[in-house]
Amino acid sequence: MENLIWIFVSALLINNFTLAYFLGLCPFLGVSGKLVTAFRLGLANIFVMLITGACTFVLNTWVLPYAPYLRLISFIIVIASSVQFVEMAVKKLSPELFKALGIFLPLITTNCAILGLALFTTNKGYGFVEGMIYALGAGAGVTLALVLLAGIREETRILNIPNVIKGTALNLIIAGIISMAFMGFAGLFST
Amino acid sequence: MTELENRSQSSEEFLKGLWKENPVFISVLGMCPALAVTNTAINSLAMGLATTFVLVCSSILVSLLRSIIPKQVRITAYIIIIATFVTVVDFSLAAFTPTIHKELGAFIALIVVNCLILGRQEAFASKNKVGLSVLDALGMSLGFTFAMLCIGIPREILGSGSLFNMPLFGESFEPWIVMILPPGGFFMLGFLLLGFNWYTQRKEKNAKILDA
Amino acid sequence: MAEEQNIVPEIIEEKEPSSIVLILALGIAGLLSGIILVGTFIYTDPLIRANKEAAMQRAIFKVLPDCDSYITLHLEDGMLKEKIVDPNKKEESDSEELLIYSGYNANKELIGFAIPGSEPGFQDIIGTIFGYDASQKVIIGFEVLESKETPGLGDKIFKDAAFQTNFIALAVDPEIIAVKNGEKQNPNEVEAITGATISSKAVVRLLNKTMDIWQGEIDKYIIQNNLTVAEDND
Repeated sequence: MENLIWIFVSALLINNFTLAYFLGLCPFLGVSGKLVTAFRLGLANIFVMLITGACTFVLNTWVLPYAPYLRLISFIIVIASSVQFVEMAVKKLSPELFKALGIFLPLITTNCAILGLALFTTNKGYGFVEGMIYALGAGAGVTLALVLLAGIREETRILNIPNVIKGTALNLIIAGIISMAFMGFAGLFST
Repeated sequence: MTELENRSQSSEEFLKGLWKENPVFISVLGMCPALAVTNTAINSLAMGLATTFVLVCSSILVSLLRSIIPKQVRITAYIIIIATFVTVVDFSLAAFTPTIHKELGAFIALIVVNCLILGRQEAFASKNKVGLSVLDALGMSLGFTFAMLCIGIPREILGSGSLFNMPLFGESFEPWIVMILPPGGFFMLGFLLLGFNWYTQRKEKNAKILDA
Repeated sequence: MAEEQNIVPEIIEEKEPSSIVLILALGIAGLLSGIILVGTFIYTDPLIRANKEAAMQRAIFKVLPDCDSYITLHLEDGMLKEKIVDPNKKEESDSEELLIYSGYNANKELIGFAIPGSEPGFQDIIGTIFGYDASQKVIIGFEVLESKETPGLGDKIFKDAAFQTNFIALAVDPEIIAVKNGEKQNPNEVEAITGATISSKAVVRLLNKTMDIWQGEIDKYIIQNNLTVAEDND
């Protein structure tokens, strides 16, 4: 149990996917201008990551021991197609949920954070429960990073900012400061 | 494809990636997974070269197969091809340079989702002859490697006081540890883009003054 | 523009291809990639395995001074037994099984055990291997295999020579305790690194936890197999 909590907190705060591993930067820098959008994008991310966690477990347990060289290809293809499949199911079963997440799903499926999750889960040798907790933590971590940056960006919109720093440069520097703040979480579970 | 022969632009295809269309500085492409390994110059270089190999090889194959890959399944086919070469790089690094492979870890495999690579297949290799595609891929990946080194070299100098593992300063130098930690990556790229913006905006301004 | 003129007729010419064509095209791509992948795999796999083994061997020889050869042990039916690797059977390398290694000197006398262990540190999991002398019940060597501890602070657990001297003869009974730098009095104490107490404590916790798992098993193993433990000459 203690171990599971550590896995969750580690993925959420200490080794945050976006702020410590630079994964999922594209939507982080490109989309997160609005708080609401960022939050929904984050939710979609959690959703896809949970599917990814399940797929990774299935592949690692029953397929990849026989063909380790297919790891990358199978991760990408299986994750992309299962997300599409679940997307169709959600569209049928819960149109509201689909409306909220739908447009983001194709954007996220080919995201580095998703493949990163699959690879890290494999490298760390997590089983099913650990993998799902890790996926949940990582997804929540990405959401947290997206929301934090979006919040700050909403504030900066009404400020007088020199032209030369506007855009990606400013976002990166803000991200750097958030990332520095997150370093304070290190050692959280070690005493 | 005669339109390309009319313009003898081979060198231009090669050079544009280095500066005018530099994937990192102009379009901030392909930074997602790569930024994480720019904490030392040697890792940046290794990442750049690995990406170069993948980009050039996939461009050759995509360009060769461009007439037989139907439009509907082209992205899937590109991804299969890219993932193949990334796996080749991953295995080769693990076999021949285990230390570098350990340092880069899962980030080698993440080259697959580097938007730069898929972007070049879609935008260039699938429409052009092999020769031009190789030049384009080489230029783009050299531009990428150049950008990686622009981030990695200052981070290593400031963060560890060394360059390619050779100590630069005396004992008295207190390293800026933050530079080799994740925030340093964000700051370095942020400041590089800032400098790049400043340069282009000043050039535009000067051009306007000249026009007027 | 010439480009545009070229693109337009292409679109008109193109008809919706049948699904057989689509599957065929993907099949060709898959076949090509399969050939490349399997070729690379067959060529590099033995090298990668050899690298991993060499790295493990280096680590074992480092934490067990005077070690000349070693045997891989694993738990089987609640007892430590030699793990026999069948070269014909493909061994899944990243299996979860816990392994330890017993090291022998040039005279084929048992000198100790190399035990891998890991524990959350300041930033992420610290993966280590350490040498344990079962006759003296002391730790005789310590090596970090994997760590993301803060450069300049936490990474002293493997970069600081003074910290390494803690593990020349560290008693494991009753348990290992971390003390302030310069205050080591008993053989079971580790001097923590100033500025990296969390990492130092993580190492201590790791050693205690891992010894809890293995100490009994190792004692049983020695009695069972009537192993003579090499006497320290110095």
